Amino acid sequence: MIEIKNITKTYRTGDVDFQALKNVGFTIKDGEFVAIMGPSGSGKSTLMHILGALDTATSGTYFLDGRDLSKLSDDELAEIRCDKIGFVFQSFNLLPRTTVLRNAMLPLVYAQVSHEERDKRAREALFSAGLDEGHFYHKSNQLSGGQIQRVAIARALVNNPSLILADEPTGNLDTKTGEIVLGTFQRLNEEQGKTIILITHEREVAEHADRIIFIRDGEVVEDHGQHAKRIINRK
Amino acid sequence: MKYRDILEETSSALLANKVRSGLTMLGIIIGIGSVIAMLAIGQGAKQNIQGSIEGLGSNLLTIMPGVIQAGRGIVSSGRGSAETLKNEDLPVIEKVEGVAIVSPELSRRFQVVADTGNNTNTTIMGAEVKYAEVHNLILANGNFFSAEQVRGLGRQAILGATVASDLFGEIDPIGRKVRINGSVFRVIGVLQAKGGFGFSGPDDMVIIPLPTMQKVVSGLDNFSSVSVSVVDKEAMAQVQTQITDDLMIKHRVKEADFSIISQQDILDTMSTVINTFTMFLASIAGISLVVGGIGIMNMMLTTVTERTREIGLRKAIGAKRRDISLQFLIEAIALTFIGGAIGIFLGWLVSFLVTYFGVLQTSVSWYSILLAFGVSALIGIIFGYYPARRASAMNPIDALRYE
Repeated sequence: MIEIKNITKTYRTGDVDFQALKNVGFTIKDGEFVAIMGPSGSGKSTLMHILGALDTATSGTYFLDGRDLSKLSDDELAEIRCDKIGFVFQSFNLLPRTTVLRNAMLPLVYAQVSHEERDKRAREALFSAGLDEGHFYHKSNQLSGGQIQRVAIARALVNNPSLILADEPTGNLDTKTGEIVLGTFQRLNEEQGKTIILITHEREVAEHADRIIFIRDGEVVEDHGQHAKRIINRK
Repeated sequence: MKYRDILEETSSALLANKVRSGLTMLGIIIGIGSVIAMLAIGQGAKQNIQGSIEGLGSNLLTIMPGVIQAGRGIVSSGRGSAETLKNEDLPVIEKVEGVAIVSPELSRRFQVVADTGNNTNTTIMGAEVKYAEVHNLILANGNFFSAEQVRGLGRQAILGATVASDLFGEIDPIGRKVRINGSVFRVIGVLQAKGGFGFSGPDDMVIIPLPTMQKVVSGLDNFSSVSVSVVDKEAMAQVQTQITDDLMIKHRVKEADFSIISQQDILDTMSTVINTFTMFLASIAGISLVVGGIGIMNMMLTTVTERTREIGLRKAIGAKRRDISLQFLIEAIALTFIGGAIGIFLGWLVSFLVTYFGVLQTSVSWYSILLAFGVSALIGIIFGYYPARRASAMNPIDALRYE
């Protein structure tokens, strides 16, 4: 359960204040598949950083599973990210020269999970993300783009987070591979009830979600629920 | 993060850039290696010289005519002309409590010609029978002269090892004749080589009976030195003071017209000199350690910059500051530690080779190994701290965006 209220984020460059987010507020329930959409410069990246506990808001509150994250220190935020959030990045960010299995279990290293448990959970996550066991001991430079992004999804799944944040996950993939990756998110949402937030600027990508939140100039301009696809098509 | 994980990360990071890790380590290897080798050689030189001095008798006091003043050396007006040590001083010295043996000596340099035709310029030492005992001399061959031969102005000579080989080479010198300042002596003994101390050591001298030296060879009736062996090593200072006092009364002087040097004084001085020298060499080697440390820091800063995105990712998925800083700190310490271990081996190898080729008997001490290990770990911590801190202080958002 995500609850943000009156979130404002101000960047100060020299003497000029820039408001990246202005009074943003919404609630995302467990098991929702939400796309946050907006053009570049709209403030969606800033919003993603706050939702992902990478950054804190200048004002406003952010409750994740009932805990207020708006006033936590760096290390406390790291703990939240470790326990509750899984990231999927546009540029994958796998460790080079490291096997698929070790990449997938990396978050568990920081969560102090035992070696046996890590191995078991990383395998499960890789299966969930749709990767064949034949690739588990390959290094990331031996994989295709789609396979790499599925390893990254497995890495986001492995700590069993409350929330998976995907930042332009198809940005570096061709359309066909992108479809497969988005299909993976849909399947995880439908079959395993994972809460997924997809940040994108592409309408076709956003359409895979059940709900779309439009951001423009730091404000939520539209928030469409169950009938997102239909509304987008009509525009 | 568990220690096993940190070690796994460290080994994979260091192995990923083998050449760079190796070259960076080389700085530490050379630094630690040279410190170990220098300390081992210094230690060896010290033991070597201590050994030779102690071989000359460590419970020995040497009384010499003239005054030796600190900083001014031997005052020439005293020694050369003053003939302050004479026969009548001996009973005074012998009476002092704690004195074991008193050996009067008169030495001068003369040309020695052997019956083989060879000649050499060496120290002719006029001595009594107890000379051998006082100076721990051992005969390699033949005998020392007897008390009768001393009293009877005997013409017997005992050759030092160097003199014997200079004059006679491979020939056995026992029974051969040598001529010293016009008098002919029969060689009755050869001393065992003592080594070390090339100048005025027992290897380079000819010993003849003291009265013969005084009356026949040199025509002097004083002594150039009196060696006194002391019963108890601990009481040397006390004996030294007592002899000084008694001799001053005997000579009726207010200021001593002789000097007393103990073997311990020489030993202490030499040890100080060698220690200073060793520390000097080791600190030059230490400079290369600092240079090596800077190399480590340079490499770690490069690594941190190169792996900015990795650091960003690790932070995004839950690594705390401590996890990141520990990872990079351990990487730096691993570099210096492995470098230190190889350096210790290298330093040991160098000192082993020095010993093996007979240059010097070296010894690698546990102390220097511990010191090297401590120093290399410390260098890892000092020079790894700043890069590690820089890595841990990175903002994950900026780090992930880094191109």
